[in-house]
Amino acid sequence: MRLKLLILGLLLAGAARAELRIEITEGVAEAVPIAIVPFGWDGAGEAPVDVAGVVTADLERSGRFAPMSQDDMLERPTSGSDIDFEDWRLLGTDVVVVGKLLPEADETFTIQFQLFDVFRGEQLLGYRLPSTRAALRASAHKVSDMIFEKLTGIPGAFSTRIAYVSVEGEGPDRRFKLIVADADGENPSTIADSPESILSPAWSPDGRQLAYVSFEGDASSIYVQTLRTGDRQRLSAHAGVNGAPAFSPDGRSLAMTLSDPDGNLDIWVMNLASRELRRLTDSDAIDTEAAWTPDGDSLVFTSDRSGGPQIYRVSARGGRAERLTFEGNYNARPRVSPTAENELAVVHIDRGNYRIAIVDVARNTLQVLTEGRLDESPSFAPNGSTIIYATQDGGQGVLATVSVDGQVQQRIVSEEGEVREPVWSPFPPG
Amino acid sequence: MMHTMRNLIILAGAGLLVACGGQDAVPTADEAPDVVDRDGSRTGVGRDGVQEGEEFGDDTDLSDVDEDLLDERIIHFDFDSDAIRAEFEPVIAAHARYLADNPDASARLEGHTDERGSREYNIGLGERRAQAVRRSLLLQGASAGQISTVSYGEERPQVFESNESAWAENRRTEIVYPQ
Repeated sequence: MRLKLLILGLLLAGAARAELRIEITEGVAEAVPIAIVPFGWDGAGEAPVDVAGVVTADLERSGRFAPMSQDDMLERPTSGSDIDFEDWRLLGTDVVVVGKLLPEADETFTIQFQLFDVFRGEQLLGYRLPSTRAALRASAHKVSDMIFEKLTGIPGAFSTRIAYVSVEGEGPDRRFKLIVADADGENPSTIADSPESILSPAWSPDGRQLAYVSFEGDASSIYVQTLRTGDRQRLSAHAGVNGAPAFSPDGRSLAMTLSDPDGNLDIWVMNLASRELRRLTDSDAIDTEAAWTPDGDSLVFTSDRSGGPQIYRVSARGGRAERLTFEGNYNARPRVSPTAENELAVVHIDRGNYRIAIVDVARNTLQVLTEGRLDESPSFAPNGSTIIYATQDGGQGVLATVSVDGQVQQRIVSEEGEVREPVWSPFPPG
Repeated sequence: MMHTMRNLIILAGAGLLVACGGQDAVPTADEAPDVVDRDGSRTGVGRDGVQEGEEFGDDTDLSDVDEDLLDERIIHFDFDSDAIRAEFEPVIAAHARYLADNPDASARLEGHTDERGSREYNIGLGERRAQAVRRSLLLQGASAGQISTVSYGEERPQVFESNESAWAENRRTEIVYPQ
């Protein structure tokens, strides 16, 4: 049974105004009741970050937890010794989180928190996390990651980021922006801005660079941009198609789609140090949308060599490609699960609708996860539990997420214009 | 917005006619036929209250046809197809003749798809549609050096709507003569 939840995400107006607002459209019935008590703060003025607020929003967005409203709390302990477990049992919560934000010297802080099993009265986790002022929000997401992993056994992905393309304005006045934001939509920053299309953003495995396709100058080129410096390099600008960049897991190569003079698309691999190109596929069909398997040994891609688009796999050394999808007449843009190498997210035509599906290559099964009409661009969270994708709502492009079991769905609404082509970053290094 | 786009295209078309010295080919209201088949003859429609009409001969001369066809710059395609539909063959033939007769002229073929499906695969489909028109132009006398192609996939719709008729408008190759 599924429980319908309609919760407006609360994104606080701050220095960086969020462009995205997250609504949980479908959550699991078995969401774990949890109480995240407001964190203590005895420094001067207002606390520089609401740790409990960030953690509450993160856990709620996961769809696996049902955080208690702060208004329903009978008491607000800030350390384990102050918790009256009987009170929390009566309130029906399974887990309680308490903590403090402690000011330290030189504009630094410590986030101290404890996680308790209410029924046993046992501490499950206790941790002190040092943080600079600038990193406080990121540190709060790290607290969410640790709580999530302790309670579910799955690493949390709240400290990750997403990149996406936004389109503002209409018709010939459209502007395309490549935006990087925190996974909760906060701290958006525009890293590229063009009157021509930007598409196919792809993260480097260290999360420091994005490759993307830009049509500036009325023709396609592939760029790689370093996020910290804004420095960018044009890696490919052949006559014809330059598309679908994908970094290899070791970060040394970039797979891409190039066309020959007759317009035939094949997949090539560029050595990023030497810029040398090596052809990976050679068919008369459209071969495109390559994605590496996590071990870097092979790539999956879209090809219509059998008629309609289907997914194929080829060794990273080249050779004959093997067809992987057989259900339906349209399976395209594969992405490999970072945690289950046999599972691909694809765009699949389901009774006339373009939807996101999971293909289990070993079992040869296909499960449709989404319910839209024009769903595209699936991208896995680095913990493999969730897929972010592009869909339409009222004729407008919006982003959405779905858990890989299809149970938890969220819509991410843009405050301005259309958003599309989301890509989830890898885990931050370290 | 849709009207703005159309107007831009019509203006661009008018520009070419002036540039290549053609006469004004825009039909006046009373010349514009409502039902015309391909050889220019008019046929009646049998229906209650509507009388049977009678056929009359082709009164257009070839140069007029060429100008009209050259004014058509958009070749439409069926879903997931790069096959040139019969109705567009005369249009492509006219452009091929123009390019063959004007070796200094050059054309850029811009392939497009509708919004459905994945973006990079659509770039491939758009390229295929541009190439289909290119091959047809080359077969009919244009030379390779006169033609360049680009695919925009679903990135530049002609009609910014999400329905069957918008998708049909957007599946196209545009023949663009750089000024």
